[in-house]
Amino acid sequence: MREILRAAFVIARRDFTAIIFSKSFILFLIGPLLPVVFGVVAGSLGDRMANDSMRPVVGVALSPGEGKALAAARERLVQHKGERGVTALKSYAEASNPQALLARKGQGIIAVLSGSLERPVLTGKGGDVDQLEGDVSLLVSIARAGTALPDTQIRTQIVAESSGSEQQSRLLTGRAAQVVLFMLTMLLAGMVLSNMVEEKTNKIIEVLAAAVPVDAIFLGKLMAMLAMSFVGIAVWSTTALVGYQMLSDSPLPIPEPAVGWPLFVMLGVLYFATAYTLLGSLFIGIGAQASTVREVQTISMPITMSQVMIFFFASYSVDRMGQTPELVAAAFPFSSPFAMIARAAQSDALMPHVMAVAWQLLWVAIIIRIGVRLFRRNVLKSGPGEKRPGLFSRALVSLRQIRT
Amino acid sequence: MNGPSDPAPYAVEGHGLVKRFGDFRAVDGIDIAVPAGSIYGVLGPNGAGKTTLLRMLLGIIDPDEGHRSLLGASEPLKQARAIGYLPEERGLYPAMKALEAIAFMGALRGLPLKEGRRRGRDLMEGHGLGDAIAKPVRALSKGMAQTVQLLGTIVHGPRLIVLDEPFSGLDAINQGKLEALIRRQAAQGVTILFSTHVIAHAERLCERIAIVAGGRIRFEGSVSAARDRLRPQVRLETRRSDGPWRAALPSDALVHDNIWTFPLPDSGVEPLLKALVDGEAGIESLSIERPGLHDAFVVIAGPDAMRDMGALEPAEEAA
Repeated sequence: MREILRAAFVIARRDFTAIIFSKSFILFLIGPLLPVVFGVVAGSLGDRMANDSMRPVVGVALSPGEGKALAAARERLVQHKGERGVTALKSYAEASNPQALLARKGQGIIAVLSGSLERPVLTGKGGDVDQLEGDVSLLVSIARAGTALPDTQIRTQIVAESSGSEQQSRLLTGRAAQVVLFMLTMLLAGMVLSNMVEEKTNKIIEVLAAAVPVDAIFLGKLMAMLAMSFVGIAVWSTTALVGYQMLSDSPLPIPEPAVGWPLFVMLGVLYFATAYTLLGSLFIGIGAQASTVREVQTISMPITMSQVMIFFFASYSVDRMGQTPELVAAAFPFSSPFAMIARAAQSDALMPHVMAVAWQLLWVAIIIRIGVRLFRRNVLKSGPGEKRPGLFSRALVSLRQIRT
Repeated sequence: MNGPSDPAPYAVEGHGLVKRFGDFRAVDGIDIAVPAGSIYGVLGPNGAGKTTLLRMLLGIIDPDEGHRSLLGASEPLKQARAIGYLPEERGLYPAMKALEAIAFMGALRGLPLKEGRRRGRDLMEGHGLGDAIAKPVRALSKGMAQTVQLLGTIVHGPRLIVLDEPFSGLDAINQGKLEALIRRQAAQGVTILFSTHVIAHAERLCERIAIVAGGRIRFEGSVSAARDRLRPQVRLETRRSDGPWRAALPSDALVHDNIWTFPLPDSGVEPLLKALVDGEAGIESLSIERPGLHDAFVVIAGPDAMRDMGALEPAEEAA
């Protein structure tokens, strides 16, 4: 074991320095920041659109008196729900034809209230009318009640904790952590797939396999890629935090997890490492079977789809803590890190995490062993130049041989 | 050096080695024993099973049957620090500097990087590659890159060096340098095991050889013993093309422009010479030549092997 770790470190060191000091690593670091920048810009634009042009406006074609009463009713409601919480109104002459108003370009209204407050008529497209009917009805009722409608002032009491609220908040933290963990794993672990192809393309694989156990090669490559991923995550998270601090002076709106932030972050790092090495060991095992980048591309799609399904399963189990789906998600190696980080957000029990990490690492070792056996059976052989069977045929034959 | 020589008589041993790829038996029951401190050649045409045999002996792949021992260890990788291996398919990281590549190969086999760099620098300067120390591998010529890989193979001071087709792709000058390097290593007590399909190298370098064809060893022994498999060849040039002296020549003698080639008869050269003189053959010249390893190889490996050898690169054949 000591020799395997020593050799793995030699390989990891070579791979890590080769990646870090390559020009393409800058692109690797910048790449994921671009969607964030686009997201911020798009979000800002979207927000502006939501504030301005996208807000529904209802044309009011009532008598001047009733129009004023309706505007006053709106003002009362705005005091409680805020400007954006109440449908905007635009006044028109009483005699205006609703259909003509809606057809007129440049008005920006999606429905017209006509008739009278006693017998109001809301005109608009089916979906718009359905959406606005409740709000408009409330406004008309307030307008009709006028001063007869009592203005109730509620005395508020603030408490530090609320179990229902806390549960909901931690659920949100759990889901957010799952998404972040999944995105990072998906973004980074896929690179391991093509890692061994590079060694085969460079024809250095035989030099490595003759000098050190193949386990050490796999482990070393995983270590290097994991270290590189941590560099990337450190850069991205620092950039994101600095960016957030520059744009907003309020703290991050993420509720505190059950185990507390320091431990939660540590567990996040740990579960990213296990999720990465679990998928990475699978990828490196499968990728090692591939002879070309094309083969790697062919097998990456079903793996990506499987990853997404596993994530959905883990996500489904978040609000079912202690129930069968959550226990299965925690026990199944590939969903276990996602299920457990969500559990860390909701429960402060630490022993399950110790067991889960040990369980996940055991599976990393098992998957690496299987990958190594497949590799030794399939990859390093020289033949008479006869047609080589396909990737899946090779894997199936090897699995049958291992079983016997 | 890890040691001047191995205490065991054989540096490499394999018994009943079999390797199957599907229905194909790449290695079909090979026994091999490489004496410690010797230069040992595995000869055979392409596809004979040489590379598979070497990979099995080194522990890169496992045999389906049989067992092996490398420097006394049944698990070859346990002796990885005492072994240097140059695979048939040469490979280095293109972006890596030449000196770093050598140090990295040493580090894989347990040599500290710092010491690997020191030794690598000495080796490169000693082999005329001092200017290439800081150059990335991709900037080197093919011959230089192969030399760098070879230096990486020996940088950690192995007791056993295994070279798979080491002369492949080298020009005549670099082939000569490689032969000299092999001799130097052997002189220091290092066991050299190499495979080749170029017989001239084996003939010049090896003390013992194994001729492999069809996954089996057809011959194992000294180069001299292999050559002794064939009778000496008589080369006779006459002025006359026919006469009673013809009866003294074997019926399968080959002739071209009154030059006759045939195996030396069992009775020896004197009765033959007397018959030629008495029959007035008009002897222009007569020589008795000991067959070369190439001739022995053809006879031992068989005509199929010869056809494969015919596809070799002219440069390699010339070497």
